[in-house]
Amino acid sequence: MDFNINMTAFSTEHRTVPLQSSVLYDVIIIGGGPAALTAAVYCMRKGVKTGLIAKDIGGQVGETSGIENYLGYKYIEGHELVNKFAEHVKQFEIGFKEGIGVSRIIDGKEKSIILESGEQYRAKAIILATGSKWKKLNVPGEDKLIGKGVAYCAICDAPFFAEKRVVVVGGGNSGVEAAIDLAKVATSVTVVQFLDALTADKILLDKLKEFSNVKVLYEHAVERILGEDRVSGVAIVDRKTQKVQELKVDGIFIQIGLIPNSEMAKGLVEINERGEIIVDCACRTSAEGIFAAGDVTSVPYKQIIIAAGEGAKAALSACDYVMRQ
Amino acid sequence: MALFDEKVSSQLKSILSGMKSDIQLAFFTQEIECPMCRETRLFLEEFCALSGKLTLSVYDFVKDKEKAETHRVDKIPAIVVLDSKGNDTGIKFYGLPGGYEINSFIKSLLEASGQKEELPALLMSRVMAIKKDIHIQVFVTLSCPFCPAAVMAAHRLALENPNIRADMVESTTFVPLAVRYGVQSVPMTVINETQKLIGAQPIERLVEAIENA
Ligand SMILES: Cc1cc2nc3c(=O)[nH]c(=O)nc-3n(C[C@H](O)[C@H](O)[C@H](O)COP(=O)(O)OP(=O)(O)OC[C@H]3O[C@@H](n4cnc5c(N)ncnc54)[C@H](O)[C@@H]3O)c2cc1C
Repeated sequence: MDFNINMTAFSTEHRTVPLQSSVLYDVIIIGGGPAALTAAVYCMRKGVKTGLIAKDIGGQVGETSGIENYLGYKYIEGHELVNKFAEHVKQFEIGFKEGIGVSRIIDGKEKSIILESGEQYRAKAIILATGSKWKKLNVPGEDKLIGKGVAYCAICDAPFFAEKRVVVVGGGNSGVEAAIDLAKVATSVTVVQFLDALTADKILLDKLKEFSNVKVLYEHAVERILGEDRVSGVAIVDRKTQKVQELKVDGIFIQIGLIPNSEMAKGLVEINERGEIIVDCACRTSAEGIFAAGDVTSVPYKQIIIAAGEGAKAALSACDYVMRQ
Repeated sequence: MALFDEKVSSQLKSILSGMKSDIQLAFFTQEIECPMCRETRLFLEEFCALSGKLTLSVYDFVKDKEKAETHRVDKIPAIVVLDSKGNDTGIKFYGLPGGYEINSFIKSLLEASGQKEELPALLMSRVMAIKKDIHIQVFVTLSCPFCPAAVMAAHRLALENPNIRADMVESTTFVPLAVRYGVQSVPMTVINETQKLIGAQPIERLVEAIENA
């Protein structure tokens, strides 16, 4: 039995202070993942007046079981790394607001940040580090059957598909990881991959090959999800021949990547066709005094160490901007 | 064998030192224990030894039928959280709250002991306005990072309003029940058999669903 204790949620040993509406902050950071938390450490060490607003602390790292590529740790559990990040940030007297999201930002020399609750905060500079979330397939049947056979979290929901047939959509790291978790309990796992090869890391592909109940369909796409009260099958199309076939399955796990949480930045800064905030090499967006870092930006490769590095860069850039004002 | 290694023990000790008043835990098992009942009892024995504010009473689901009925315990293993005077807080855990769920277990104990942040006044007045009997069941698995939030929200409402009781249900320990409610993804919250919430929803959404139940 493992115990994944979220120490920082219970820790009383912190120096953070509540974020205040009456204060004009130098920098307000939006987000609670590696990009935002690294930015917070850099801003506080520079000595600028800093605030942080986050829906949750940890971001995607909190949803990850084991991490083996963050330097300094050969292996660390996601929640443990989050604890370490949060502990590092909470030693500072930083303005802190956790558990609620930002819905809108009004630009100007002084920028206003409006929360989902309507509360409003002010800053000279903003760092957007809102990361990304699971992408939906956007096919008929998906919304109706969420929680009824349509699933997005394999580690959470695999037990419900013991002795059942499932489809995993997506052949990247998260798709292959999900297929491995499901192959341990399900009777059959069919991986539906858009491309002509799986793009996951070799180490994962080798593990996948150990299972005899996994089949991969290359250059196929899911067209619709079938079923009334629960998933009964999926219709998939062969992208070369356009032939459609129906697979009888009990569940479908959608692992086709992530979309950036950039809704609040629409109309505020330039965004590319993938919905990512466009930044230059110093994490500057198209709007003066607004910076962005991590998975929400156009920077390629979405990784913890990259998001953390970008967070540091955005913070230094924002501090520079504030000091030159 | 100890369930908690030294590091986890000391982490838990330091968190539990934040408890304000005493808490009693009533655990229901039976004479010939189911494997999960035994494991849960061992967990509780070890856990309660970490704080002087926690006491554990073990009951037999069959022999102590009356006690079980008083606390509306209808399956085992069951953990009922009672305040320092032995009053039911409305908070229950069916199954062992391990994995990520240890967080909702700790949180519920802290909150039941009085260590809690105030809910916004507007929300609180809606919670207190709930007059009918509400039974919330939150289905979880122990490897689900999003589940504790759903459990914490339900338990918090149970703590605030005596008309509300809330259960964490570990889905793999109570498979027939999970099947009966058609649970295929967690967290799933069932309110009075009629309303279902899928995913970890903010506490406001939970209150809304209760108002509609
Ligand atoms: C299952 C999984 C496994 C992974 N494994 C690895 C791995 O092994 N190694 C690796 O390097 N990378 C891994 N990654 C990728 C890595 O986790 C991300 O690249 C990284 O977390 C991105 O950091 P970020 O800070 O940009 O965003 P995120 O981690 O996405 O954090 C975004 C933060 O912003 C907050 N937020 C969002 N919207 C709002 C709003 N409106 N208002 C306020 N706050 C908001 C969120 O609550 C969250 O705290 C994995 C990802 C997943 C999903």
